[in-house]
Amino acid sequence: MSGYLASLEAESIEILREAVALAEKPVMMYSIGKDSSVMLHLARKAFWPAPPPFPLLHVDTTWKFREMIEFRNRIARECGMKLLVHTNHKRKAEGVNPFTYDSDTYTGLMKTEALKQALDEGQFDLIIGGARRDEEKSRAKERIFSFRSPGHRWDPKLQRPELWNIYNARIHPGESIRVFPLSNWTEADIWQYIADENIEIVKLYFAAMRPVVRRSNQWIMVDDERMPLDPGEVPEMRMVRFRTLGCYPLTAAIESTATTIAEIVEETQTARTSERQGRLIDHDQAGSMEKKKVEGYF
Amino acid sequence: MQDVLRFITCGSVDDGKSTLIGRLLWESKQVFEDHLSALERDSTRYGTQGDAIDFALLVDGLQSEREQSITIDVAYRFFATPRRRFIVADTPGHEQYTRNMATGASTSELAVLVVNAGKGLMVQTHRHARIVSLLGIRHLVMAINKMDLVEWDEEVFEKIVEEFRPVAHQLGFQSFQPIPVSALNGDNITERSEAAPWYKGPALLRYLEEVDATTDVPDLKFRMAVQLVNRPTHDFRGYCGRIASGAAKPGDRVRVVPGGQETKIRSIVGWQKELPSAAAGESITLCLADEVDVSRGSVLVSAADPVDLSDQFEARVICLSGHHLVAGRSYLMNLHTSQAVATITAIKHRVDVRTGSHEAARALEMNDIGVVNLSTDRPVPFEPYERCRRLGSFILVDRITNETVGAGMIDFSLRRAANIHWQHVDIDKQARARQKLQQPVCLWFTGLSASGKSTIANLLEKRLFAAGKHTYMLDGDNVRHGLNRDLGFTEADRAENIRRVTEVAKLLVDAGLVTIVSFISPYRAERELARSRFEAGEFIEVFVDTPLAICEQRDPKGLYAKARRGELRNFTGIDSGYEPPVAPEIHLHTDSESVEQCVDRILHFLEQGIREKGKEQ
Ligand SMILES: Nc1nc2c(ncn2[C@@H]2O[C@H](COP(=O)(O)OP(=O)(O)OP(=O)(O)O)[C@@H](O)[C@H]2O)c(=O)[nH]1
Ligand SMILES: [Mg+2]
Repeated sequence: MSGYLASLEAESIEILREAVALAEKPVMMYSIGKDSSVMLHLARKAFWPAPPPFPLLHVDTTWKFREMIEFRNRIARECGMKLLVHTNHKRKAEGVNPFTYDSDTYTGLMKTEALKQALDEGQFDLIIGGARRDEEKSRAKERIFSFRSPGHRWDPKLQRPELWNIYNARIHPGESIRVFPLSNWTEADIWQYIADENIEIVKLYFAAMRPVVRRSNQWIMVDDERMPLDPGEVPEMRMVRFRTLGCYPLTAAIESTATTIAEIVEETQTARTSERQGRLIDHDQAGSMEKKKVEGYF
Repeated sequence: MQDVLRFITCGSVDDGKSTLIGRLLWESKQVFEDHLSALERDSTRYGTQGDAIDFALLVDGLQSEREQSITIDVAYRFFATPRRRFIVADTPGHEQYTRNMATGASTSELAVLVVNAGKGLMVQTHRHARIVSLLGIRHLVMAINKMDLVEWDEEVFEKIVEEFRPVAHQLGFQSFQPIPVSALNGDNITERSEAAPWYKGPALLRYLEEVDATTDVPDLKFRMAVQLVNRPTHDFRGYCGRIASGAAKPGDRVRVVPGGQETKIRSIVGWQKELPSAAAGESITLCLADEVDVSRGSVLVSAADPVDLSDQFEARVICLSGHHLVAGRSYLMNLHTSQAVATITAIKHRVDVRTGSHEAARALEMNDIGVVNLSTDRPVPFEPYERCRRLGSFILVDRITNETVGAGMIDFSLRRAANIHWQHVDIDKQARARQKLQQPVCLWFTGLSASGKSTIANLLEKRLFAAGKHTYMLDGDNVRHGLNRDLGFTEADRAENIRRVTEVAKLLVDAGLVTIVSFISPYRAERELARSRFEAGEFIEVFVDTPLAICEQRDPKGLYAKARRGELRNFTGIDSGYEPPVAPEIHLHTDSESVEQCVDRILHFLEQGIREKGKEQ
């Protein structure tokens, strides 16, 4: 491993240990993506030989790729951690879905509202997440220990100064802290680390022939029969992969021939668009990520 | 050469820091196409440059920043050239957000201080230069920006550089490179520009690629603050932390501070295997040969070169919040992984950010830099900041609001706590009081029912607590229901009630607490009896003087009404007398003073008393 990656790793492990030392009831968000995979790997290293002393929480919209769910269940079993899965059943029953609802409303209910339900139910005071500063311009503004007011709100103007490696995690009841151990990693660092450490990730990240349809200039994978096709729309097989994973109807694939980590590393180094390009929800409006974060989104 | 450079941009508001970073990202081709098209859209909508690209919008990522065209919080951006990787923190110039600038500076090795050529050096330019130097950054680039607005006049450039050069010298920068630039037009950013043929130095990016931004740190032996103790099973006990300095290998002798026990490193636990050695910067888990007393906040050090332990420090601090840092007040102090209660015992001086001269100050206000003396409630292991940043930097946290109100750097210990704390001491009232850094007293509140005793006493206790004092309050609510459950309201029972309360208060004062007693206590004789049980100066009678008519008007519990109707017997002021104190230490008039004013008067009295006590000793 390069000296630089080793120092990123050491910093993340330090952050994870601070999080555990300073929290009453911590939890780690597990979204099954590559960043979660790296974060989980770092957590296992940080507390080895003990398993990480917190549960994993997955907010399941029920519209994730099937492969992701299988992967999640297996990994949780393998690392000996408790896996909490939360779905916003109330909204699900009301028929909220990613096809007939606009992506903003859908995300607001099935992800943000669901997340807040799960956090309130579990009474977690510190929530570890895998967001990186290089992902998006409002995330570039995040602290490593980020303060949330009651109701899980982020007030970017009220963040605590955060000097050196000293974190202030003191809160009053109802408030919480979100911790981002991967703050200083870039997408390229993540891939390089996955390669160096041989971390298992969902196969969807590797190029393969998959059934896709073309919608607003993006490739959307038809992952199951729930996806309504427009008249005349026929899925075609294409060599594609995903740079980021979320709900399949809202996550676009890119055409790629990268079937190994080495090829992916090379591809990200020459990429001309950001990985979030494939996230339909980020394009809704200027500052949309910030708005979602303010409301409690990760 | 370092393969990574961490730097910040700083300087006064609007001088072009964000534009400069946006330009650097763009010129080093680090902007993704989708971000670029978003930038073009945003530029038309929020930009300050008409329809042209406003590069600041690449970094000013918050909605309110874009609307106001200023930076509010620090943005961390990552970019690379074939020669080096860069992590840059773009910080706000606005004075109100100096705390965010300090946040960015604390982890940087070099600062790019941006100056507007048209305006020259501003107060914020000086403040930022000083903070940067204070935090230990030893490499400074002065980007004199907006040269396009002064027609690339060499004289303007030289004048600013010459004005600043002595300051750079005074602040102890090891390297100082002035560069004339136009962030807006991209001159001297990546390549030397035609615009200034007179400038012979490097372009900004070329300089950042080459500069040696390391700082000399003394060669310290092994030091590691323990973050947590990993004890999954009864036969494994590992100490987790990140090595602050030096290296470790199995067999090395280490000492635990505080505690002083020595033992050997048995093994260094890595991921699924043991490590032959570990060096500074690594996060590890250590197992020791013997059972020693180690917990979070302990520092494991090389036995050959241990660290000091102290409870008295001189430190430089920056005030980061609107709540001033005041002498006498106490805060939670997070120093590496340890936490203590620290009281500012003196503010030695405030630094004038412009000239660097020292000024007397009673408090440090937001953004002030000053030197203070701190006293902690127990000895903590440390290194001076200059020797080891990880063991010498701390933050101060407000105990009530939980805000981070200050950041500090230890210069030296004012004494060695080790000597004091290891010697045998008799644990008496003085010892307990000294440990709590306070003067134990009994504040005895007397006054009619509804005169305001509890309201004032409650606020007083909150304020004392916030100031780090150890307090306890005795009143009808917590005494009548337990200890004095067997007592009624006859004259004899009332006397016994007060006697017991007096004895409990005496024990609490002996325990070192600031004890607040809040009872009507209508009879002078009883109060004098209570006074006689305390040492001189310990008993402070607080007369809450409120005319009966007003109390009766307030009547929050409807007791006066009941008494008037004859449903309540022996009610003070109605059918039972109240004997006002003849010479109370504090006489409050609640009909003309607010609750806050009353509390301020009491606090003032206490401070005065402590000062006099100090003189006597
Ligand atoms: N003419 C000219 N204008 C510039 C130059 N650099 C920046 N500006 C303009 O100066 C204004 C302020 O620029 P910013 O980059 O936002 O300044 P800043 O230093 O980041 O401001 P704060 O972060 O709020 O302290 C904008 O309107 C810029 O377009 C320059 O080289 N020449
Ligand atoms: Mg700015």
